[in-house]
Formats: sequence, structure tokens, C-alpha cells
Amino acid sequence: MSLNGKAYIVGAYEHPTRKAPDKSVAQLHAESARGAMLDAGLTKNDIDGYFCAGDAPGLGPFSMVDYMGLKVRHVDSTDTGGSSYLIHVAHAAAAIAAGKCNVALITLAGRPRSEGSSGTQARNYGAAAPDAGFEFSYGLATANGYGMVAMRHMHEYGTTSEQLAWIKVAASHHAQHNPHAMLRDVVTVEEVLASPLIADPLHRLDCCVVSDGGGALIVARPEIARSLKRPLVKIRGAGEAVKGQMGGKVDLTYSGAAWSGPAAFAEAGVTPADIQYASIYDSFTITVLMQIEDLGFCKKGEGGKFVADGNLISGQGKLPFNTDGGGLCNNHPANRGGMTKVIEAVRQLRGEAHPKVQVPNCRLALAQGTGGQLGSRHGSATLIMERE
Amino acid sequence: MSIETRTPKPVDAERKLPAPLVNPENQAFFDATARGTLLVGTCHACGELHYYPRALCPYCFSDRTEWIAAKGTGTIYSYSTLHRGVPVPYTIAYVTLDEGITMMTNLVDFAPGSLRIGQSVRVLFRETEGGIKVPVFTPV
Ligand SMILES: [Zn+2]
Repeated sequence: MSLNGKAYIVGAYEHPTRKAPDKSVAQLHAESARGAMLDAGLTKNDIDGYFCAGDAPGLGPFSMVDYMGLKVRHVDSTDTGGSSYLIHVAHAAAAIAAGKCNVALITLAGRPRSEGSSGTQARNYGAAAPDAGFEFSYGLATANGYGMVAMRHMHEYGTTSEQLAWIKVAASHHAQHNPHAMLRDVVTVEEVLASPLIADPLHRLDCCVVSDGGGALIVARPEIARSLKRPLVKIRGAGEAVKGQMGGKVDLTYSGAAWSGPAAFAEAGVTPADIQYASIYDSFTITVLMQIEDLGFCKKGEGGKFVADGNLISGQGKLPFNTDGGGLCNNHPANRGGMTKVIEAVRQLRGEAHPKVQVPNCRLALAQGTGGQLGSRHGSATLIMERE
Repeated sequence: MSIETRTPKPVDAERKLPAPLVNPENQAFFDATARGTLLVGTCHACGELHYYPRALCPYCFSDRTEWIAAKGTGTIYSYSTLHRGVPVPYTIAYVTLDEGITMMTNLVDFAPGSLRIGQSVRVLFRETEGGIKVPVFTPV
């Protein structure tokens, strides 16, 4: 069964907060859900499917369905870190196609900024995590894991810090137009390189922001989507993958996008050249470069040249990306950037992005998410959407 | 102040490694590190080595696995020194063992700025908080 055309994204909402010390995580989930319902023109009683991941407080779907007063007949708490929400869209489409629900709500929220989270803290998933015994003592944080990925890419392909910096520069050009963005100043390549080294070879401005916030999406069956008053955003194709250390055959030169991308393009029946706008997960600049190569926007190893000289800036370059400013400048709620990737792609397809960054007549968009660690193990999800 | 212009502190001298997260499956690995031995997984069904070692072969899923001693020499596959947000900078790495498999580790006892991908390294066993030893590597 193909998901192509089986469901539509009818509601999308990004919580405007970037720091929420006075709100609970459940509240941020619910406020995001309410925003998406209002955006779609639906009410709580229309929702019969609910999707959330590990950022949902308490016992995930139990706690949140109860808290929000939902009555659903389908739940899914697939957790692949920051890529979860793209997978949720695909799983919602599959559930709708299988008749398991009609209107699926997906929520994300978190307060890592208020709680003092940082990408330099070693992650501890507990002794039962099969890899933990062989990794925890070494201090695998987020920044140094991606640092190893960038270091190897530079070694293999001659990628430079200047090229990586262009990714941040492009994001900052977009963020200047987003009043909610945490970092709105346009930066230069030189400023990125002059920012403090966090984990070789990544500088502070190669890293995404830490922000509180949330977001929500509503996916519905075609008949319902057509009954609403919003532009139609159809799901064309999706792919998902998990990549790790492969039993010791570690290869940091590619990500799971090399597997999820081709699956999504095949299902959608389109090629990278057809994509007019791309939301690309940007936990770090290297994350973007890696996925651009793996999705086939350029050849493996040529990502550095591809992203340089403003090629990702809307209105200037060949591949407008993350026109909300992305995780690098705008928002990275719950340390999980997949939700906002889908939301900005929906804005582009509806023609509702900021006029300064809106891609003219944007009909085909891609959202790409990773979750976990490109340096150890991660989920990857690719979603291709069309304005009908 | 830019980090590039300051002299990095030696990684190993001041940093106490956190204790490894031990469970019933990986206990034997740390029994071996106490004796100065680095264990890797081997599979008697398909002949492949694997890391980290585990009960079932990640290639053919046979249970005819055995954990065997590696020579303890290899080359740097990649590395990154974490400079910020930590009391003492330290260097995480992947080392490709001469047996052909790649493992996560720390690099220690090297001159600042001297590390290179492809550089030869050898294993040392470094005591963590609580006394359990873990394998780390140093340039040859
Ligand atoms: Zn085997």
C-alpha cells in the first residue's frame, strides 16, 4: 500500500514561546494542540487518533489523552527522537488509510531551556541500554558526537568550516524575518568561525539553539481535508530508517537519510530536482550537510560546495531551506526539531511563510528529520508533501 | 576568548571518567578490563567480529558467539575534543582496531593539536569512578 494521497495535513501550529518557566510540559502540548485545531477549523471532538513521542510527560499517550480530554480509537507513541513527528505523520496517514482513525493529532513540547539542558551534557539512557556500558564513560554528549561526524567528513571529502558556516548564515538570513526566532541577527561566515569552539570542529554558531516550546499537527482523511477551508497539503511519500554502529562497521560518512530519502522519493514518484523547498533537520550545521547529500540534492562529498555562497537562502539559492530560521536560529523545542520542520514546510506549501522567504508557487516540499545522534545511532524520517 | 588561541589542557590528567553502566550481559567485558584485556565479539557461525560485544551476533544472529581478546592496537577513525560546558576538556573518538572493527573510546596522553585521523594508537585501561577500568587509547 502506498501512502501517496491517503491523507492531508490540515492543521499546523508552532507555539510562540521560546522560554516557558511558568508553564507545564503538558500545558505546552495542549496549547499547541489547540492551536493546530483552530488552524484546521476542527474541534477536540473531531480528533480520534493521537500521536506523541518521548517528550510527552507522564505515561505519554495515557497521560496526554487524559489531560486533554480526548476520546481516541488509535494511539501511536513511536519514539525516534527528533525525527518522531515526521514518522507520526506517515503513521497517521497509514492509520487513516487502514480505517483506524479519521483525524490524527500529533503533539510535541518541552522546556529544555528552562530546565538547563545543553548539548555538551553526556546522555545517560541507563544501564539497560545495550550500548551504554561501552559508551557512557567516554562522555558522548550531543556536540562531540556530531563533532566526530564533521571531522570525518572533512577528512574524507575536504569539507571546510567555512562551508559549514554557510548553513548557519543561510538560516540567519531567514530568521531575521521571524519575530519569534531566538536569534534574529544575520551572521557572516567570519562570525561563525570566530565563535568559540565547542567540540572540534564545531563552533558555537554551528550548534542549534536550546529553546522551550512546542508544536502540533493534524492529519486527516481526504474527504475531511476537502471539507475544511484551508489549503490542501497532501502527503505524497514517506520513508523511515534507523542507523547505528552496524556491529562495529562504523561509517560516519552517511546518515539514515540515505535510506529514508529514497523510500520517500519512490513513494512520492518525484526526484530531488522536483523539490522546491526543503526543511532539513539542523541540530548542527553538519547535520544539514549530511542529509542534503544523503537525500540526493548533490553527490556524496559535494555538500560543502553545494551549501556555500548562499545556495540555501530563499530567493537566492537553488535549495531554499528552513525559512523559519530552523533549529539553528529559530526554535528547537524539547531538543527535538522534527515537528517544526514539518510546520514550516506546511507554511511554504500554503503560501503562508513570511513574504520575504516564501518560495513562489511552492507546490512540492520535503521535510527531513533525524533523531538521536549521527555520531552513534539515530532515526531518520523523510516526508514529501504537495500543495494540491 | 577564542578557543583556538588558548592552549588546551591535557585531557587525561584531571578528568575522572564516570563509571560504566554495567549490566548482566556486559559484566564479562569489565572483568576482562580489570585484567588488562580488551574483549571484542566473534561469531563461530559466520566468522565476523563485532563491537560492542553481545550475546547474539549482530550479523547472522547466531548464539555461537564468544568474546575474545583484541590486540589493543588500531588507528583513529574520528575524534572530537569537547571544550565547553565541561570542567576539563576531553576527547571522544572512534578507533578502528587492527582486527577491523571500530569502537567508541577516549583518546588520552597526547600533545595538544597533535591528533590526526589515521594515526596509530594503542589501548590503555583507565580507572573510572568506583574503580572499574575502561579501555582508552593513546598515540603510539
Ligand atoms: Zn554471525
